[in-house]
Amino acid sequence: MIRKQRKKRSAKISARSTLRVDVWLMRHLQVALASLGRLVRTPLSTLMTTLVIGIALALPSGLYLLLNNAETLSGNWDGAASISLFLTQQTSDTEAQQLATKLRQDSAVLHVQVIGRSEALEEFRQLSGFADVLESLKDNPLPALLIIEPKPAHAEPVAAEALLTRLKEIKQVEFAQLDLEWVRRFHAITEIAQRGVVILASLLGLSVLLIVGNTIRLEIQNRHAEIEITKLIGGTNAFIRRPFLYNGAWYGLFGGISAWLMVTISLLLLDNPVAHLAGLYQSGFELKGADISTLISLLGGSTLLGLIGSWIAVGRHLNDIEPT
Amino acid sequence: MIHFDNVTKRYPGGHEGLSNVSFHIEPGEMVFLTGHSGAGKSTLLKLIGLLERSTRGQVRVAGRNLTRLSRGQIPYHRREVGMIFQDHRLLYDRTVFDNVAMPLVVAGLGHLEIGRRVRAALDKVGLLTKEKDLPITLSGGEQQRVGIARAVVSKPPVVLADEPTGNLDPALSREIMSLFEQFNDVGVTLLIATHDLDLISRMNRRILVLDKSRLAKDSAAEVTC
Repeated sequence: MIRKQRKKRSAKISARSTLRVDVWLMRHLQVALASLGRLVRTPLSTLMTTLVIGIALALPSGLYLLLNNAETLSGNWDGAASISLFLTQQTSDTEAQQLATKLRQDSAVLHVQVIGRSEALEEFRQLSGFADVLESLKDNPLPALLIIEPKPAHAEPVAAEALLTRLKEIKQVEFAQLDLEWVRRFHAITEIAQRGVVILASLLGLSVLLIVGNTIRLEIQNRHAEIEITKLIGGTNAFIRRPFLYNGAWYGLFGGISAWLMVTISLLLLDNPVAHLAGLYQSGFELKGADISTLISLLGGSTLLGLIGSWIAVGRHLNDIEPT
Repeated sequence: MIHFDNVTKRYPGGHEGLSNVSFHIEPGEMVFLTGHSGAGKSTLLKLIGLLERSTRGQVRVAGRNLTRLSRGQIPYHRREVGMIFQDHRLLYDRTVFDNVAMPLVVAGLGHLEIGRRVRAALDKVGLLTKEKDLPITLSGGEQQRVGIARAVVSKPPVVLADEPTGNLDPALSREIMSLFEQFNDVGVTLLIATHDLDLISRMNRRILVLDKSRLAKDSAAEVTC
C-alpha cells in the first residue's frame, strides 16, 4: 500500500519534471526564434555583421583548404621519392634496358622505368619548345634515363640515400639524383604555411569574438530600458542573458555560412585556372572544396565563437545595468 | 509584512536618504507614505524592492531578511513585490498585452496561463479592449493602469507605488486609488508614496510621514498612543 503510494508519487514527480524539461526546451526555442526574428527585422545591420564575420572566417578556412589541396598533391609525390639515373652518353637504349632488368632484381627496387634516348628527345621536343634547335643537331644530346622507385622500406630519406650511393657506383651511371630533397623542402614549406594558417585563424577568431562582442554590446545599450524593467519585475540574469547569447550564436552561424559560401565561390573561380595549370604538368589534379566534416567544424566553430563573444559582452555589461 | 528596524541608508558622499527609520506594516494593510520631495520616500520604497540596500539596520519583507539576501536571490524577491512608478516604466515597442505579461514570462508560466492571467488583470483595470494597442497610443491614466496591471498580474503579496497619481488629474487619481482599494480588499499589502495630501486625507488610511530622511509621524502609532 505504502509502496504503491510511493510509486504513484514518484510517477507524479517524474511527470512534473519531464513537463518542466518540455517547458524549458520550449522557452529556449521561443527565445532562439525571437532573437532570430529580431535579426531578420534589421536585415541590413545583420547582413553587415554577418559579412564581416564571414570574411574574417573565410580567410583562414580558405587557406586551410588550399593547404589541404597542396598536401594531397604532395601526397602523390611522397611515394615517388624516386631516383633518377642519368646514364652516360655511350650507353645505348638496349644497354639501358639490360641495366633496368638487372636493377629490377635488386631487393631495394620496386619499379624501374626506362626512358630511352630517342624517347627522351621526343619528350624534350614536345615540352621545351626547342624543336627547331634540336632539328639542327646531328646527334641526340640526351642520355638514357632510368627512374628507380625504391620499395617503401627504402623510400625513407636515410635508406634512399644509401640506395643512391649504391646506384652511383654503377659503371654506366653518369649522374644520379634523389628526388627527395625538394619533397622535403615542400613539406617544410607547408609546415610553415600550416603554422601561418593557425596563427591567422587565431587572430581572425579573436576578431570574430570582438566583432560579435561589440555588436552585442551595442544591442545591450539599445535595449537598456528593457533590461532595466525586466530586472525590476524579477527577471534573473540568466533570463536576460539568454536572448543575447542566442543573438551571438546566430551571428556566428550566419558568419560561418557566409564564410563557407565565400570559400566555395572562390574555389569555383580558381577551379579552371588550376585545372589548366595541372594540365600543363600533365596531372589530373583538381581543387577539392570543404567536405562535410570540415563544413561542420567551420559552422560549429563559428557558432561557438559567436556564443563566446556575446557571453563576454553580456557578462561585462549586464551587471552595469541596474534599475534605479 | 514589511518591517524596518533602525534602517539607515547613506549614499556615497555622506548624504543620508533615510536615518534610523523603524516601522511595521501588517499583512493586508494599505499604507500611505508622504513627505516633501527628497524626504526619502523613494529611498524607502527602493529598499523594499531591493533596488538599493540599507547601510545599517534591518529590512524584512514577507519574512525575508533583505540584508542577507544574495544578489542571485534578488529577482525572486522582486517577483513577490509588485512595483508601480510615476513614469510607468512601460516598454513602448511592445503591446499592452506583452507589457503586462512580462512578469509571468519571467516567472516561466505557460502560454495559456499567461493569456488567462493577463486578460484578468487587464479586465480589472478596465483595459481589456486595448490589449493589442501600443502604450504610446494610450492616455497617461491608461498607461498608469497598464503599469498597475503589470504590477499585480503575478499576484504579489506586496505592491509598492511611487507617486502613482503624480501626473494625473483628481478624477483619474481617485480612479487609481479605488483600484488600489480593490486590491487591498483581496488581501494585498500596499505601500503608496504620494505627496497628494488632499487625496490621502479622504482615504482614512494609515499614513507614514517622512521629513528630512526621518520618520516624522506614523498615524497608526498616534492612534495606539
